[in-house]
Order: sequence, then structure tokens, then C-alpha cells
Amino acid sequence: MSKIKIVQYINQFFAQIGGEEKADIKPELREGVVGPGLAFNQAFGDEAEIVATVICGDSYFGENIEKASAEVIEMVKSVNPDMFIAGPAFNAGRYGVACGTISKAVKDALNIPVLTGMYVENPGADMFKKDIYIVSTKNSAAGMRDAIKKMAPLALKLAKGEPIGASCVEGYMPNGVRVNLFEKECGAARAVKMLVAKLNNKPFETEFPMPDFDRVDPNPAVKDMAHATVALCTSGGIVPHGNPDRIESSSASKYGEYDITGVEDLDAAGWETAHGGYDPVYANEDADRVLPVDVMREFEKAGKIGKLYNKFYTTVGNGTAVLSSKKFAEEYAAKMKADGVDCVIMTST
Amino acid sequence: MVKEIERAGLPVVHVCTVTPISMTVGANRIVPAIAIPHPLGNPALSKEEELHIRRCICETALKALQTEVTEQTIFDVKY
Repeated sequence: MSKIKIVQYINQFFAQIGGEEKADIKPELREGVVGPGLAFNQAFGDEAEIVATVICGDSYFGENIEKASAEVIEMVKSVNPDMFIAGPAFNAGRYGVACGTISKAVKDALNIPVLTGMYVENPGADMFKKDIYIVSTKNSAAGMRDAIKKMAPLALKLAKGEPIGASCVEGYMPNGVRVNLFEKECGAARAVKMLVAKLNNKPFETEFPMPDFDRVDPNPAVKDMAHATVALCTSGGIVPHGNPDRIESSSASKYGEYDITGVEDLDAAGWETAHGGYDPVYANEDADRVLPVDVMREFEKAGKIGKLYNKFYTTVGNGTAVLSSKKFAEEYAAKMKADGVDCVIMTST
Repeated sequence: MVKEIERAGLPVVHVCTVTPISMTVGANRIVPAIAIPHPLGNPALSKEEELHIRRCICETALKALQTEVTEQTIFDVKY
């Protein structure tokens, strides 16, 4: 039997082309393996081979989703593979969204099995886990070996059209598909066991996890903007020059609160970004490109808004845990509320 | 963070480039931005043109905050 032909999609970073300064590169098709593909091929043994690799910059993909998808699909099609693998993306947000988007697009357009992998908090996971198989990985590239250990066998099964077991066995994220099976014990016995475990504060595993729809209803619109206090917040890491509170460039453990009383413009001498997840050149040149203090001051003078709140809240949204972000915003939202802020503009990179 | 701000009772608009992420996260009012490293600017333009696009995005953000919504809504920017 001939080897299963696989095309892999990776970003500019894993292709060792560059970091954020190269995140805008267009898709490119290379023969053979690049970067993580080597370890995948070793794991596949004689059964399968990554015959070509598509490389695309994360920002290019994120900013041109439809165009980039179409370009990548054409490249994949030209190789005529049996299977498509994207990533793994770990906790890289844009990369994860790109992997999910392109995997689904390839599956829909070319009707071949697809597989990707990422960390459970990657925004790409929630977006695509119902459409495609996404292996749950660790949150950084240090988990590559572990990711390949799970992804390679699942990829082979998918490519061969073998039956896929439950998510907890195969290592993919639950996709909501239910399969009939016979359990040794009847439902009543299992339910009573779970109840007893719960009453004794012992761990138990539900057979029917409730979906987590964490949605917040929109607040009523602002009625009188000309007298409203508007606050600016950002996940783009804008901080005073020198980053005095040392907000981390990724996986931030804190947020900053900075006074902008009398500040008309976030100039390069006074402000910069601490964010490590995008090319900082443009924000360092002019931080208003991320946090528009200059234009909001204009609006304030023109009477379009009552006033700009004299502080802004900022953190680095790069690989930062959902729980941390939640805690930061809970805290500073309460402060803004107490200070009479009427509405908020949050900017993200 | 947008969700926590909304939960605290403050209307909030999320200005961001990759709007599908904002939808997944659960922002209710969303305004699309220019690019990931410069959401409210464009270094390829002149200073004046750049200010113009920033004004347009901020105007749209204010408009979003003044618009009643019942579900997640993307407000397109007119330049």
C-alpha cells in the first residue's frame, strides 16, 4: 500500500521564517516537511508522509481570512493529498483561528479528512471544535512532543477512515457527537454511584456535561453621549514608556491603570506597547493606533462626548488566561463604575 | 474582558480586527478595525489620512454605544 499523502499548514514562526515582523507573509507552498512536520513524519513511520507544507503569516491570514483561505485551498488542491493537518497552534490565538478556519475550509472544499491541535483556551477551539477534530494540546510549543503523540495516531485513523473513539480516549475536544454504546452497569446504578461520590466530596465524572454558554446581555445604549464619560481600555498592551509595572509580554499576570489627565496624544516619547504577540513597531511609533486618545480628545473638545475618563486600563492579551482576564476586568470595571464612567471602548490587536 | 465590563453594567464596544474572535468571546457591540498591529491606524497612509480613518472608527464606536442591540452586532465603519 502506498503511503498516505498529507499536507500540513504552519505559520511563519514554526517555519522559522520569523516572528511578528514576518506575520504578514502570504501563503507559500513548499515541498516536503518544514518545522514540526519532521517529527510528524517520524511518528507516521511507513504509513503516511507529509509531502508538502503550506506556510502563511498569522496576521496575513487573520486580516484576509477569505482570500487567504482560497489561496491555501488552491495550494493544497495542487498536491492532491489524502489528508490535511494544521498546526498544532497551542495558545497562539491568531494561529489557532487560522488552523481552525483553514482546516474546515479544506474539509468543505476538498472533502478530505482534516485535523488540527491547540490549547483549549485558544479562541480557535470554541470556534471550530464542532466542525473538525481538534486535539487538545498544552498551551505552549513545549508541548509539541505530547501534541504529536496524540495527533499522529488520530490523523492515521482519520486518513484510513477507521472508526474514531470517544473524545476522552482519542484526545480531541468534545464535538457534541453522540454514539450509542452499551455500558456494563445500568444508568440507575451509575447515577447512584455518582450521587454517592458527590455527597462524599469525591471526584466523579458527569456523563452529560452542561454546555457553557457564558453570554452577557447587552446593556442599554447610551442616551446622552454629549454628557457621557467614555473610558478607553485595551488588550493591546499600551503602557507608559519603559513599562513601569512590568506587564508581561505574554500570559500577563496583571493589568495597568494609567492616568491620562492632560494627555492629548500618545506620542512615542511617552508611550509604547508591552505586547509580545504582534509586531510592536507601529504601536511604538504612535500608540494612538491602538488606544485612540488623540481622536477621543478631539471628540471631547467638539462636545461629541461629555468627557474622556482620566484613566485607562490595559493589559497584554497574548496567551493570557481567560480566568486572569476575567479577574482583571471584574476589578477595573467596578472602579470605572464607581467613578461614574458611562460606557467603554475596548480595543484589541 | 468585554464581557466582564458588560456584566458590571457598562455598555461596551469592542474595536478589533479579527471580528470572529470577538463574536466567539461574546462581545455584543463590535466595530471592525484595520489590522492586527495597528487596529486604529495605518502607517502606509499620511498623518492626516490616518487621523481620518481613526476618527471614522471612533465615530462608529460611539454610534454603536448609542444603538440599542438585542444580539451580537457588528457595526461596519464608513470611511
